[in-house]
Amino acid sequence: MSRHLLSIADLTPADIEQLLRLTDTFAEVSRRAIPKVPALRGKNVVWLFYEDSTRTRLSFEQAAKRLSADTMTFSVGSSSVKKGESLRDTVLTIEAMGVDAVVVRHGSAGVPWQIARWLDDRVSVVNAGDGWHEHPTQALLDCYTIRAHRGSLEGLRIGIVGDIKHSRVARSDVLAYTALGAEVTLVAPPTLLPPSLDGWPVRVGHDLDAVLGDLDVVYLLRMQRERMTEHLVPSLREYADRYGLDVRRAARLRDDALVMHPGPVNRGVEISAEVADLPRSVIIDQVRNGVSVRMAVLYLLLGSGVDKVLGPEIAAHPERLLDLEPEGALQ
Amino acid sequence: MAERERRSTPPYGGVFVARSQVMDADDVRRAIWRMAHEIVERNHGLDGVVLIGLQTGGVAMAEAFAEALGEIDGTEPPVGTLDVALYRDDIGIRPVLPEAVTDIPVDLDGAIVVLVDDVLFTGRTIRAALDALNSYGRVRAVQLAVMVDRGHRELPIRPDYVGKNLPTRRDEMVNVSPSGVDLGELVKEAHR
Repeated sequence: MSRHLLSIADLTPADIEQLLRLTDTFAEVSRRAIPKVPALRGKNVVWLFYEDSTRTRLSFEQAAKRLSADTMTFSVGSSSVKKGESLRDTVLTIEAMGVDAVVVRHGSAGVPWQIARWLDDRVSVVNAGDGWHEHPTQALLDCYTIRAHRGSLEGLRIGIVGDIKHSRVARSDVLAYTALGAEVTLVAPPTLLPPSLDGWPVRVGHDLDAVLGDLDVVYLLRMQRERMTEHLVPSLREYADRYGLDVRRAARLRDDALVMHPGPVNRGVEISAEVADLPRSVIIDQVRNGVSVRMAVLYLLLGSGVDKVLGPEIAAHPERLLDLEPEGALQ
Repeated sequence: MAERERRSTPPYGGVFVARSQVMDADDVRRAIWRMAHEIVERNHGLDGVVLIGLQTGGVAMAEAFAEALGEIDGTEPPVGTLDVALYRDDIGIRPVLPEAVTDIPVDLDGAIVVLVDDVLFTGRTIRAALDALNSYGRVRAVQLAVMVDRGHRELPIRPDYVGKNLPTRRDEMVNVSPSGVDLGELVKEAHR
């Protein structure tokens, strides 16, 4: 893994597998009587959230605290952005205060890359969602949740249902699921699909009932009312009727099929209240696993030191290894 | 030797080349047997005793202890494993990655924990392990059993049960396995 986590596309299947294995360790930490380790003591992580978020920010916050990192929140509502400060000035100001990682969410695609270019290469950037583009930690926690229930993603049939067009979760999920060997089918009305699906390694369907019985995982996306300025569906009620997972449809699922949702859930739209509470619905597991996955991400980027020794830079400059001589720090 | 050591000591990913054998398989078996007796003697039985093997070198040894203790005392004590990576003091200085998920099968409140590792060197791993144990409750006592004490301590830590005291140079490596204890060096594959 490199210094930043910007996109699932930057990760090899082996990187993803390593991260999921490492997550097992942090899941164990989370189950302890005192779920806190000193691994990132003295590291400073700042949340730069230009868009609303409850669970992602709390989840990152919990992850950082369990690793003993210090955290600062920069939320736009109460900052000098309101006084007209540019993104670049904001980022450089935060950097000057001395931070080790910036976790950024922004309404525009590509902002985390831009921030990574502005910052000193000592600072890690984690993409916590950029526009309609990507949300890599969500995809990693989704993979971890599926793996926890089914052992592996290899050969699983996963249907992603709903507003694909506006969904950064769908983009990251498609990359991660297919990297790990799953077959992905997107199910949505044509108006909620991206204008082009060229190069997406997926199948596309418009009829949920036609594919429902074959799926190992039904991944329902939230209808993003805040992004729905154009009239893409006639009404939420009609959408629920054709694409919502209600009791009648849930009865047709395979016995071992999982129902997932990135949250927050619009009960009665994507999923009916009864189905959201069924045992096969692992929506709460996703939230719980999110903390462990984000611990693994923060630890890999800030603590593991793996990039120092195993990265290409060192391979090219083996003399730098002398600086890392452990002075017998091992047993 | 622990896989972690091999991968994270220069030359990274090197190969262990043995120079001399200091204990053979019988010596290792006898040392386990003697230390097991000492554990029973010191604790007046095995009441409340929990064995915890440190990842990765101490895990197999903790299991060997449990088996020996089972034969001596009639009941095998519970065995756990502990990965101390997240408590190390060299995080950010060297590559430090957990190797395996920690597994503590019993409540440690009031337990007598016998930490088991293959080699005691600087004492930093044990310092980390003592820290880690705090997250699982307040133990009654912690004791330390190692197959080899090779000296060069950097912290005030001493073992309670020792298989063999082995004077070493700092740059040497000690490899412990059920088939014996070897003294040697880590060598880059190309230089073999």
